[in-house]
Amino acid sequence: MLQLGIKELAKYPFLAETGDYLRDKGFNLEQLSDPDWKPVVEKAYGRIVVATTGQIYGGDLENPDLEILSFVIAIILLKSAGISTLNRRFSLAEARRAERYLEQGLNALQKDRSILENLKLKEESIQSSLKIIQDQFSIRVKMEDDRLKISIADYLRRAAHFNEREWKLVNRRVENGYVYLSSHEIVRLVRKELDVYINSKIQSVRVSFIPETFRERVEDLVLLAKKFTTTVIVSSDYPPCVKHAIEVMDRGENLPHSGRFMLATYLLAKGQTIEQITPLFKNAPDYNERITKYQLEHIAGSSGKATKYSCPSCEKLKSENLCFAIPECDGIINPVQFGTRRKTNA
Amino acid sequence: MGQGERQMLEKNVNFVEAALKEYYFNNFELIHVSSRTSEREFGYQKFNSGMVRHITIKNDKDLHFLLMTQMPSDVYCSNGYYSFPNLPMSEKDWKEADLIFDIDAKDLKLACRKDHTCFKCNSCQNVNEQSSKCVKCNSDKFDVISVNCQNCINEAKKEVKKLVQVLTEDLAINEEKILVYFSGNEGFHIHVINSEYQSLDSRERADLADYIMFNGVIPETMGISRQNNSKTSLPDIGERGWRGRVAREIFGSKSKRPKIIQEILLGGYSNFQSRLEEMRQKIGVRIDPKVTMDIHRIFRLGGSINSKSGLSKISCNNLESFDPFSDACVLGDEKVEILANCPISFILKNKKYGPYVSETISVPKHAAVYMICKGLADVPQDSEN
Ligand code: SF4
Ligand SMILES: [Zn+2]
Ligand SMILES: [Zn+2]
Repeated sequence: MLQLGIKELAKYPFLAETGDYLRDKGFNLEQLSDPDWKPVVEKAYGRIVVATTGQIYGGDLENPDLEILSFVIAIILLKSAGISTLNRRFSLAEARRAERYLEQGLNALQKDRSILENLKLKEESIQSSLKIIQDQFSIRVKMEDDRLKISIADYLRRAAHFNEREWKLVNRRVENGYVYLSSHEIVRLVRKELDVYINSKIQSVRVSFIPETFRERVEDLVLLAKKFTTTVIVSSDYPPCVKHAIEVMDRGENLPHSGRFMLATYLLAKGQTIEQITPLFKNAPDYNERITKYQLEHIAGSSGKATKYSCPSCEKLKSENLCFAIPECDGIINPVQFGTRRKTNA
Repeated sequence: MGQGERQMLEKNVNFVEAALKEYYFNNFELIHVSSRTSEREFGYQKFNSGMVRHITIKNDKDLHFLLMTQMPSDVYCSNGYYSFPNLPMSEKDWKEADLIFDIDAKDLKLACRKDHTCFKCNSCQNVNEQSSKCVKCNSDKFDVISVNCQNCINEAKKEVKKLVQVLTEDLAINEEKILVYFSGNEGFHIHVINSEYQSLDSRERADLADYIMFNGVIPETMGISRQNNSKTSLPDIGERGWRGRVAREIFGSKSKRPKIIQEILLGGYSNFQSRLEEMRQKIGVRIDPKVTMDIHRIFRLGGSINSKSGLSKISCNNLESFDPFSDACVLGDEKVEILANCPISFILKNKKYGPYVSETISVPKHAAVYMICKGLADVPQDSEN
């Protein structure tokens, strides 16, 4: 097994190797109580705060010890606060951060390595990207004349669960059992697993005692979390177009008006109340509670002119690029019909 | 489904059951359980009754015993492998499943279809050549019955060849792992065993099916976007995969290429999109996606008889020369009498039958079973067997 250098570990501090690193260095929790460690605790706290805003913590690879330790302490803080929303946001942000490094490593692989200046460092970053993708996600990334490829089965296991058309296998370069992808696309494929993996790492950590110096920041985290108490439940019975819209909103990305309209009318048609629906729009970049509520009431027909809007047809949604039909969509003309018709099996 | 659900008269059931039993009894050496038998779910049907599923069959002997004692009309075996194949679905513990494909001439909707299709009235059983209304009783409820057709089979064979090409070239599946069977009626079943696609779930297989059918392609994939198109991103005839196939389809020869490129670039995005859609009909492989995405299907067992026709689901070693209406026509040749009502003609073992207008005829047993299974003949009143 290839041992990661400390610089590499600073990129991926969630790996099991971090345990070995801490043991080697002889760190323990009691030691961390020392006020000398305050700056590291602050850095750890900052790392969490950045994560909760949906941004990606930049970090400083020139100081790998600090990087690794602040990650470890961040986890201790999170465990002490014990709030799963924070854990989720943190693991998501850390996953995004790791994605960047994985992508850099794969990029380096594609370039002609002989002209790179710091050959050894590049080599390490390539090797760690390949190793992590293979060890954690069982994908062997191969290279063929400067192009990266993975097996079709490995590709389908992830991409078939995405909704966007460009991820359909038919829209990929496929040859001889392989799918050709950019480094960015390969990393995008494992995004979810990476997130789940980091989250499970956080879950599995046991903290026996909390150093006194941490208490204040733990309390701050509890306060911080109050802002994010509403979480969205995505039902597996929703049609793909609705799921997609919820995911986009949840990621805090921008969903066009037509998409929001579809989402609202669909959920209203399914008997949800305006109060239940409003939080869905919370993560939107342009969220304004009052306006959102007003708009929803308008759509529901409960304010002003009492026109009740119904969910747009599949055909309309298709023309707006909001449809991500799957075979279960066969034979329906409106998303509200999704899942209500049993399919007969021959 | 239509045909399968039709009830069969008891005298017909007895006759066909006996013919199948006789065939199986004399040909045990041809009737085998599938590989990795203990991990498979088996199922069978009897005439005029429902499906029995969730059973295990240990070996060839047990299978032969079942054929002799239950006299099933049809026998099935799962494409899936389970830890506990005989438990209810939720407790089976699915491990993996063979990739399977169904190519049915009915789905090809060829022009010749109307020439070998007839319509059996649900109220008076009269067999009509058209489906507007029954000439005897004016009813308009029919079972659609089609008999075999060389053209349909040839077209289905072309689809099989296209499929095998995509499987071997694009998916890198070794040809030895691809087993091609005649379905026993109007098409082909293709089983892929032991491939690296075994563990894919249903949704993943659905996307694989879309790939094979050339479904859901966007113009961008072929290098046409909504703006700023240049000829450099268009596919080349030497490319592999769908880009290559599309290029060969639209460019044909080298000399025409510049002119065609001009047309495409001028035509724009949505023109090209509809062009791709048209092309899908021709170059996409016409499989039934519902079959391919099903990881729990019980699929007709190779070597068994299909009760829609009395023909065998037989393996085709040489697709080119394979003639299902001889090679899969395995039941006895001795003459029997039946009362036929079959307005369209068909060929079995190079002999032409029909049309027959309510006449008692003497034909080889395989042809008699064929017509009875299709609902186009009955065993005469006084002669059972
Ligand atoms: S077919 Fe209809 S329900 Fe299915 S994804 Fe498209 S718009 Fe939604
Ligand atoms: Zn009639
Ligand atoms: Zn035909």
